[in-house]
Amino acid sequence: MSRLISRRSLLRAGSAAAGTLLLAGCDGMFESPAMRGALDFGQLVSLRVQRLLLSGQPLAREFAVADISPEFPLNGTSMPGGFGYFQMMVSQFARWRLTVDGLVRRPLSLSLDEIKALPAHTQITLHCCDEGWSAIGQWTGVQLSHLLQACELMPDVRYIVFHCLDELERTPDRSGLYYESLDLFDAFHPQTILAYGMNGRPLPVAHGAPLRLRVERQIGYKNAKYVTRIEAVARLDHIGHGKGGFWEDRGYQWYAGL
Amino acid sequence: MAVSEPSPTAGTQDAAPKREVIYRHALVVRATHWINVLCLALLLMSGLRIFNYHPALYWGNYGYRGVPAVVSIGAAVDPDSGAPVGVTRIAGLSFVTTGVLGVSYDSERGMVARAFPAWLTLPGEPGLALARDWHFLMAWLFVANGAVYLLFGAFSGHFRRDLAPAADQLRARHILADLWDHVRLRAPRGEAARRYNVLQKLAYLTVVFLLLPVMVLSGLTMSPAVTAAVPGLFDLFGGRQSARTIHFLVANLLVLFVLVHVIEVLLAGVVNGMRSMITGRYVIRPQAGP
Repeated sequence: MSRLISRRSLLRAGSAAAGTLLLAGCDGMFESPAMRGALDFGQLVSLRVQRLLLSGQPLAREFAVADISPEFPLNGTSMPGGFGYFQMMVSQFARWRLTVDGLVRRPLSLSLDEIKALPAHTQITLHCCDEGWSAIGQWTGVQLSHLLQACELMPDVRYIVFHCLDELERTPDRSGLYYESLDLFDAFHPQTILAYGMNGRPLPVAHGAPLRLRVERQIGYKNAKYVTRIEAVARLDHIGHGKGGFWEDRGYQWYAGL
Repeated sequence: MAVSEPSPTAGTQDAAPKREVIYRHALVVRATHWINVLCLALLLMSGLRIFNYHPALYWGNYGYRGVPAVVSIGAAVDPDSGAPVGVTRIAGLSFVTTGVLGVSYDSERGMVARAFPAWLTLPGEPGLALARDWHFLMAWLFVANGAVYLLFGAFSGHFRRDLAPAADQLRARHILADLWDHVRLRAPRGEAARRYNVLQKLAYLTVVFLLLPVMVLSGLTMSPAVTAAVPGLFDLFGGRQSARTIHFLVANLLVLFVLVHVIEVLLAGVVNGMRSMITGRYVIRPQAGP
């Protein structure tokens, strides 16, 4: 008899839970703190499982020249505002420099010509936007690992942050400047490059000239454009709103392998 | 389903000697079934929300605005009235779907251009990050739940005993008779209700061993990390956009399956069906007529 009652109360609890779910037509429930905890757990599972799957550091598929898509859609900024960028663009980025600093023993400051003189790496890969579209492009640049070895990272470095020239959201505190971050697992991957060439030509302004990040095993927004400074850090919480990227600060997933 | 026990009423009531209660669904089957209901509902709704951000499907590896689409849902403007018109294009054919697809009503903003209406999507308002979070959380729950079901089904004998069609059910004559019963909307009674009918078994087998695995694999093909580890997925589906298209089409087939499934439950007796899927106990009703 007690078993019957417990089963009945179980059913009652179950139908009450189902009812709550049905009645919660408002989106509030789907973002409540308890639900947020579950969603964060889901993100952690995705990260752990995919890292296990990628533990041998396989390369993303590379395509043939014939596979390159006729167009490559623009996302985010297509022309950074401000006179500073305009001046650099007109002078073909002659006075532009890439800074590599943070927790490094040898900070670097490189001109575009100096970066182009480093060993070049070319790859034809599939770019996947989280909205659903994808395009194939050819990218030429220097492996990020090359720069990270040259600057001699300190042992407590955990993340590499990419600061960009474009302000995707105009705010008084300039927190709308685009930035992104990778952990060392993806930063040292051979296909993680800083590209200055696209489809055999100089990287167009709309695609992030003079230098953009390519991280081929993650979704589009991780591929920061207009990169101007690379910072090695131990933590992300003091940068931007602390979530590791422009879109991450606005609720998007820091790990975007899916 | 094999375990049969006499109904508590059967022994005392001689008036209904043929009424019998059997234990039809094991606890694992019932639990995984309802968790699956939750997963598929939220996967569908969050999936449609993600789809709304780029409501077009392509074939091959690349696909973006401007590339010919296999299926697309968009909005146009009526040249005469200037009113928004929802247009769904499937393989070159255009259909006006105002009100549901392409353009739908919103109590605050009136007619709004969007592929699927807000009441079908999770979250209802724009929120790609939240939709992706929900989709992937539910995908993990779905996979874990599915793994429990598959292991149970294989080792308990559930697949062999309950889902595999019996030899007599595979005869053409039997299949045709079963088809005719379905056309007449006639639910099985008596001895025939002790097991799933052959079309029901084939439908369940198709969903469990074909449609749901295709959903998982085509979904994984959209993950750049997964395809780096398993590039063969591109070849299996013919590219990332093909996988996305198949993911969407198979989701439609699953919705169709659920509709038919629910209609069949209503026809066969909703109280009996629901009770059996909640408590496991199913009443075999006597054969109708001689």
